[in-house]
Amino acid sequence: MQKRITTAHGGGGEEMRELISGLFFKYFSNPYLEKLNDFAKVDISSRRIALSTDSFVVEPWSFPGGNIGDLAVCGTVNDISMSGATPLYLTCGFILPEGMPLEDLEEIVSAMARRASEAGVLIVTGDTKVVGRGAGPFINTAGVGAVPDGIDIGGEMAKVGDEVIVTGAVGSHGIAVLSKREGLSFSTEVLSDCAPLNKMVAALIENGIIPKVLRDPTRGGVAGALNEISVQSGVEIEIEDEAIPIEQGVRSACDMLGYDPLHIANEGCMLVVVSQKDAQRALELIQSCKYGEGAARIGRIAEGAPRVTAKTLLGTKRLVDPPSGELLPRIC
Amino acid sequence: MSHPDRSDPGLLNKLLDKIRRYDGPPLTIMEVCGTHTVSIARMGLSALLPKGVSLLSGPGCPVCVTPVDIFDEAIYLAREKDVIIATYGDAMRVPGSETSLLEVKAGGGEVYPVYSTTDALDLSQKNKNREVVFIGLGFETTSPTVAHALITAKNLGVNNFSVLSAHKVLLPAMEALLLDPEVKIDAFLCPGHASMVLGWRCYEELAEKYGTPSVVAGFEPHEILLAINMLLAQAKEGAVRVENAYPKAVSEEGNTSALNLLERVFKKVDSKWRGLGMLPGSGYELSDEFADYDARRRFLSGVKFDSSEPAGCSCADVLRGVIAPAQCPLFAKRCTPKDPVGACMVSSEGACGAHYRYREV
Ligand code: SF4
Repeated sequence: MQKRITTAHGGGGEEMRELISGLFFKYFSNPYLEKLNDFAKVDISSRRIALSTDSFVVEPWSFPGGNIGDLAVCGTVNDISMSGATPLYLTCGFILPEGMPLEDLEEIVSAMARRASEAGVLIVTGDTKVVGRGAGPFINTAGVGAVPDGIDIGGEMAKVGDEVIVTGAVGSHGIAVLSKREGLSFSTEVLSDCAPLNKMVAALIENGIIPKVLRDPTRGGVAGALNEISVQSGVEIEIEDEAIPIEQGVRSACDMLGYDPLHIANEGCMLVVVSQKDAQRALELIQSCKYGEGAARIGRIAEGAPRVTAKTLLGTKRLVDPPSGELLPRIC
Repeated sequence: MSHPDRSDPGLLNKLLDKIRRYDGPPLTIMEVCGTHTVSIARMGLSALLPKGVSLLSGPGCPVCVTPVDIFDEAIYLAREKDVIIATYGDAMRVPGSETSLLEVKAGGGEVYPVYSTTDALDLSQKNKNREVVFIGLGFETTSPTVAHALITAKNLGVNNFSVLSAHKVLLPAMEALLLDPEVKIDAFLCPGHASMVLGWRCYEELAEKYGTPSVVAGFEPHEILLAINMLLAQAKEGAVRVENAYPKAVSEEGNTSALNLLERVFKKVDSKWRGLGMLPGSGYELSDEFADYDARRRFLSGVKFDSSEPAGCSCADVLRGVIAPAQCPLFAKRCTPKDPVGACMVSSEGACGAHYRYREV
């Protein structure tokens, strides 16, 4: 018979211990976790640390190119990395629906372990709760990273003349989830771009390129993230429609559904604002990284009121608004 | 947005150059289709057209032309009849007289966004003890898929699924615009999708009767520019023809099996349009064979809405091409995609929404 999550797995008794040692230790094995404390004591040799937390509720939990476990690790790793910090330790809280097959949980946990090891982070403490049927699984991860001395990266740091790079094709994650959720099949299968970006950030910093701004354009997409940066820094950002990398599958799905690829969520690419003199070198470094082959220079910071504009295919200039409302299916 | 020009970076510029060098008589072109409206707005074409040539957005956005009555009917069904409503996402946000389906959903009503009638039919099979009503909107692009789902439902003996049809016939709307003294249209950029079903020949009668050159266009930027060039060429030589600039998808006679589905499942009736009012033979109602699947006959007998447009909204004029979206006093002020007043701002392919989202600077 298929083994399933029961309320006992969250009850603090024997079943829960079994789940922890049988499943979580098997995948997340490390000395901090195995001490079985309700906390983890870790060493961080840095004056400043970066902290972040995020909750993952993606529906369905598995989608082309990954699952909620991939997201839970990559999402928090990336949030920490956007400060320039080196992510080190994660915590992890599961909220699992009663009746969930253990097999599914194992698939999620093994994805988390794979991503953690790829990113070089340890999952050092955690929590499991079981709730009634009907929703979930949900995962919360929080993380801590060490900020190298002299690094000051933030949305408010963009200056006129700086350049904007995107590190990969945009829109894949949102379209991948949507295609699974709605049972849509597009001419080309679209895979989520979900990936940890910390190595890419490290590659820049180690080579002496300190970005002004790093931002992973998750919900709200590239248009949302650029608008935030423009407001934080009080500058105009000019991008070029033609320069933005978009996979054909994402393009046709967006055409069909009436979405703008710039509004679609990403989980494995980031926007990098660098000084003009660093731009070409930064692009080359990014392109030599695992998730950066598709990187492109897409625009620059200009003088003007905080807003985002795009040079259209035909050379005119239009506004780029952040998305509004929930993205819902439309008719043609 | 596509980049077909990637392989030939000069193509777009060549096509645009040719348009800009046009020196024939003035020409007002209506793009009938909402998807064209979006594409044109996104590439910023209007600002580049030569003097005397202009583009008008037409009535081709399905959600936009659907009158307020339909949304009021759907809201009534969701609230009073204990049914599950399934419809396209855009339709959920269109304001009815008092509220929208989205607000009904937020208040606990069962309203689900779907991508197709098939999804709605699936929903009825997952909820066998409930009635599921699909709100069918759109032109000959979407109606064959509804027809197909209804035939499937009938074959399977499904008895908890029905359609509230607000489907529209494209050609009567185009003719109504040509007859409207307030509207000035010299030529049509004909829709790609609807023409896949209808075929390009269907525009010939109108073209001859009213002397309007018509060209069927695809959706890529270069396909649209090509079709506009073909219209300009006709204008310059004083010709009136129907031409097909989208031969890879559109044939002369259209898709006969889709047309046969329409024939069997629907009948043409007089129908009310937002902006255009009542037009004879311009709507699709379910045929008698499918009476059991007609939500109107099943749940709405004796219920009649005759609702009017939201106060101050100029959608009626926008949909007829009498004014450009920016000429509506509410545009970008009281009315934005975040807080839309009219249907044309709600829909992703509505003229107001497209002009707002991609407004030039
Ligand atoms: S701007 Fe708003 S109110 Fe004005 S016509 Fe468009 S949708 Fe209607």
